[in-house]
Amino acid sequence: MSIFSKLTEKPWLAQPEGQDPALQLTADEAWPERTALKFLLATISVLFSLFVITLLGRSQLPDFQVLAGEPWLPLSDRSGLWLSTGLLCGSSLMMQLAQWFSRQHLAKAVLGALTAAVALILLFLFAQYRVWLQLANAGFGFTDTAASNYFYLLTALHGVHLLGGVIAVLPVFLQLDKQSGQTLPRTLTLCCWYWHYLLLLWLLLFWLLTSPAQTLNTLAALCGFGEATL
Amino acid sequence: MTMSAGYGDTQQHDGPGSFWTRYVWSQDHKVIAIQYSLTAIFVGLVALVLSALMRLQLGFPGQFSFIDSTHYLQFVTMHGMIMVVYLLTALLLGGFGNYLIPLMVGARDMVFPFLNMLSYWTYLLSVLVLLASFFVPGGPTGAGWTLYPPQAILPGTPGSEAGILLMLISLAIFIVAFTMGGLNYVCTVLQARTRGMTLMRMPLTVWGIFVATILGLLAFPALLVSAVMMFLDKTVGTSFFMPVIISLGEQLDYGGGSPILFQHLFWFFGHPEVYIVALPAFGIVSDILATHARKNIFGYRMMVWAIVAIGGLSFVVWAHHMYVSGMNPYFGFFFATTTLIIAVPTALKVYNWVLTLWQGNIHLTVPMLFAIGFIFTFVHGGLTGLFLGNVVVDLPLSDTYFVVGHFHMVMGVSPVMVLFAAIYHWFPKVSGKLLHDGLGKLHFWGTFIGTYLVFLPMHYLGFLGVPRRYYAMAGTDFIPASAQSLNSSITVAALVVALMQLLFIANLIISLRWGKAASANPWHATTLEWQTPQTPPAHGNFGPQLPTVYRWAYDYSVPGARDDFIPQHLPDSAVAVDDAQAYAKAGK
Amino acid sequence: MAIAFVIVVLVIGSLLLHYYSVWWFTPLASNWASIDFTVDITVWITGVVFVIVNLFLAYVVFRFRSQPGHKAHYEPENKKLEGWLVALTSIGIAAMLAPGLYVWAQFVQPPVNAKEVEAFGQQWHWRFRLPGADGQLGKVDTSLISEQNPLGIVPSDPAAADDILILSNELVLELDQPVKMLLRSADVLHNFTVPQFRVKMDLVPGSVSSLWFIPTQAGEFDVLCEELCGTGHFAMRGRVSVRSTDEYQHWLAQQQTFAQSQVVSEADIALGQAHYQLCAACHGAEGEGNKQLNAPALAGQSGWYLRRQLQHYQQGIRGRAEGDLYGAQMAAMANTLADTATMDHLLAFINSLPPVVAVHTDGDVKRGQHLYRNCASCHGNAAEGNYAMNAPRLAGIDSWYLARQLSYFKQRVRGNHPDDFYGAQMSLIAQSLQSEQDITDVVAYINSLQP
Repeated sequence: MSIFSKLTEKPWLAQPEGQDPALQLTADEAWPERTALKFLLATISVLFSLFVITLLGRSQLPDFQVLAGEPWLPLSDRSGLWLSTGLLCGSSLMMQLAQWFSRQHLAKAVLGALTAAVALILLFLFAQYRVWLQLANAGFGFTDTAASNYFYLLTALHGVHLLGGVIAVLPVFLQLDKQSGQTLPRTLTLCCWYWHYLLLLWLLLFWLLTSPAQTLNTLAALCGFGEATL
Repeated sequence: MTMSAGYGDTQQHDGPGSFWTRYVWSQDHKVIAIQYSLTAIFVGLVALVLSALMRLQLGFPGQFSFIDSTHYLQFVTMHGMIMVVYLLTALLLGGFGNYLIPLMVGARDMVFPFLNMLSYWTYLLSVLVLLASFFVPGGPTGAGWTLYPPQAILPGTPGSEAGILLMLISLAIFIVAFTMGGLNYVCTVLQARTRGMTLMRMPLTVWGIFVATILGLLAFPALLVSAVMMFLDKTVGTSFFMPVIISLGEQLDYGGGSPILFQHLFWFFGHPEVYIVALPAFGIVSDILATHARKNIFGYRMMVWAIVAIGGLSFVVWAHHMYVSGMNPYFGFFFATTTLIIAVPTALKVYNWVLTLWQGNIHLTVPMLFAIGFIFTFVHGGLTGLFLGNVVVDLPLSDTYFVVGHFHMVMGVSPVMVLFAAIYHWFPKVSGKLLHDGLGKLHFWGTFIGTYLVFLPMHYLGFLGVPRRYYAMAGTDFIPASAQSLNSSITVAALVVALMQLLFIANLIISLRWGKAASANPWHATTLEWQTPQTPPAHGNFGPQLPTVYRWAYDYSVPGARDDFIPQHLPDSAVAVDDAQAYAKAGK
Repeated sequence: MAIAFVIVVLVIGSLLLHYYSVWWFTPLASNWASIDFTVDITVWITGVVFVIVNLFLAYVVFRFRSQPGHKAHYEPENKKLEGWLVALTSIGIAAMLAPGLYVWAQFVQPPVNAKEVEAFGQQWHWRFRLPGADGQLGKVDTSLISEQNPLGIVPSDPAAADDILILSNELVLELDQPVKMLLRSADVLHNFTVPQFRVKMDLVPGSVSSLWFIPTQAGEFDVLCEELCGTGHFAMRGRVSVRSTDEYQHWLAQQQTFAQSQVVSEADIALGQAHYQLCAACHGAEGEGNKQLNAPALAGQSGWYLRRQLQHYQQGIRGRAEGDLYGAQMAAMANTLADTATMDHLLAFINSLPPVVAVHTDGDVKRGQHLYRNCASCHGNAAEGNYAMNAPRLAGIDSWYLARQLSYFKQRVRGNHPDDFYGAQMSLIAQSLQSEQDITDVVAYINSLQP
């Protein structure tokens, strides 16, 4: 039943005895964790969208200098960022594998894949930290330019969300042998969603933070930032 | 988002053991709701005292030596922030949302009880951090509840050192707490409704809280974003909101940021926040009006659609708070239009409340008095909103006492009337005791008439052009001396209202201790929370078997039926019918 | 029952308040009658709805109050009725919105013949700038702001030289001449409001906002800051004086241009010393002050402050108030200064004197420190004074003098003259010192400071 037809029901009308559709419904499997995750991802999306919108607005002020595009700008060399992207992709893959193994009831393989996924996250964070150091050494510390304000802030915030994911996964480790055959694949499905979401988010941030000025200008224009807006 | 008919039906909740797990580290939504409510009411009383102090200064300037302009601004700021966020949001969602959602949709508890408990303790932490700012050097922030930069973090503003930082930290913690609670409310509504409880059979209370929670989940991130960025501007010296500034004659190390950006973020949160408070109030008052008028809510579907429409529209009206902020003036056309459009579904709700009373059988109980009082104050506050929403009319009135009068009427008095209505309505279920009727009536009359005497004259000070957030008015030629007498009388009325709230607290305590025992369903209401086997409901709410729902929440005075209410869990075969023909004609 | 009655009473009471209220819009002094008109439309429409809905509510509550044996009607919905109500509401909304947007379209488009005037706000006072003969305002840069260049004008911009600076809270405008106010702030958000003009707009640091109006009534009007800007927000007052073209031109001719303000006159300390002999009789040879003669210390006080006070004495802004005996004495003396050059020399000499060191006085220093935190925003943590805030040095100023001036400010003996803006501000602030003890304590604290 679509949400529209649900909302146009006339609830005061009696349903024929024994044929009330509300009671006929085959009970869908309740999965509140999945609903919660959907809303959580929506909330996180709003959070990052707003940061990005402020970045686009800020990029239209005259003193804004992007971090990439010209050879002398620090992020024109993206090797460090590609490395961390690779690590994060690997982590997502491992999480997917863990989920797949769990459906095959391969407990050891699940443990291995899960460990690898977490380890790759930690490596990713370390790789990001290396990029930070490189940037800072090149004279683009946290507070040095408006663009680096955003670079550090957004990467840090993304990292915090990854760490949150790692913490959420820890109980799964502890209960790996206790989890019944039913719940583990479900839990890992949700972990996969979260992992892939953060990978996708990272790819977007990567693209945005290393975009040349024209790209930002186009995006800002699409968001309606004119000269007088900010 | 599928509907689950039987989640939790098979789960048996064991009553937890010790005092600590039962009343302190409890995961029971009812205990958490009471914890939320008591904390919110406590911090609300702090804010009430602050408002009394502000009024003393405004009514009798120069008479109270301990209030100087620094203190005054601190009182203004803390009063506003506490009332909006830490009282209204926390009490309506954390308190009533927590208590009523599982009971009204027929669930044993929230779907994530542990997260729910964590939500309360995080909220308590945010309150403690906020209150701590009263005791740090420089005191709490005095930047106004909108915390506009640059001034919020610059010298020349009270509490621009530790005070503002604690405020930002406290808000961030509050948002975490809200998100944990909010995910629970949304998931419980979507996934834990009992068999037969379709979306359109839910009471409007649940609808209001549900939509408000979604608004909160999507709007609070904006506040978090602005808080994080301002925190960094203050602590590490980024320039997100900070342009080149000469502060008190000295050049600061900032440059390039945009103060208006903060305002956009703040109001992108701030306007939905109005509806985060209003929608639960709309829902609750609908149920109270229907119950005490013994009549179905008029136009239930319209009421649901209006809640959803208002919720959606609330995200595209934020810049009506910024008509004179120096933003691109062309935005005014768009935001004035959206703002006045939102008045249509809101007006419809008012009509439907009044039409619910039409041909009703109105019992003027204390909750009903508050609910009727709400209609009056909300009509007043809503109509004055049409002044401020219409961009040109806002020009002379913005930043004056008209604004103060308006938002207190619509967002202060009105939700508070509903809160009191709700407390008087559900107190028998929560505590098993009836509140004292006489004290309740006295409390109502004092609050209803008193607040109107406080806030109605403020609109006229606003027409005159008296600016808000002024510590003293002296030395302004266009303000006649009579304005000061008006201010003094407002203060007297405000103090009476404040005293009335002490009467209310006394009523709570007296009734808890010596009150008459309440029956399970003293108002003869249809909704599930009144049908629990025990009063107050025990852990797990509904005994061994969850109720099945056969009808909507508003079968009051159904023609042909013997009683003037049919509880939601009663199948047709169990309804006592006197006149089968009339009963069938009513669609039953 | 009672509730129906009370609602009727409240509706009638609201109407009575509305009709007999003395608190209503100030008489309009600009072209924005159209704003008043849209307000009137809104008052009428919302007023009618307010009365109808609430009287109907009262009637319904009275008519359908619970009675024994009575049963409520059952009617889930009535689409037709709801449809009508939605349609009627929409018409009412449109009737308010359409004129509103029409007038707003005028507000966002200043007329072509509008003259630009810059209002520059900073904590907690106003300054203004008018374009010179070239009709163009020069470029500005906030980071250039200094005592010599208080508006941060870019000196290299040729358009800036003839800009007219008004380093005062008072702006004079020409009657019936459209004005486009350009709004700029040095520090935090402010707001430019003249209630009689109806329009207002925030000043935002880092950008320029604007509003426009035509002053249509001659007279003097308060300028208020209506965006919270710190502890001194309520004391950030200015004045717009609307005058006929002749009077306006006369006033304009007396104002200095940016170029003139940048010329630093050569002051001769020796000449100044000669002039000072007359002052020395009371204020002492080293400018150390003399309590017996009621002459405060001058050494160490900033030149800009002494200059402003001397000018105020000369113009009768200070020293004329009833009760200010010593001020009257000084006013007579100030009039002996022949011209601005003499004043320059004199101030140069005083500036060369070693600052007076504060002497500790009786009083509760700790209490004084708490009271002083409101003073510190302007006068500085060490009471060193701050040109940008128009706040004179307090450290080293005799305690008896400070105490006397504070009570003068409190009693409006000082700061009551309409042209003494900064004095008026101090007079507002001084109200928070509630007692003699407060004054003694805060002075004791000030005297414990050494900048």
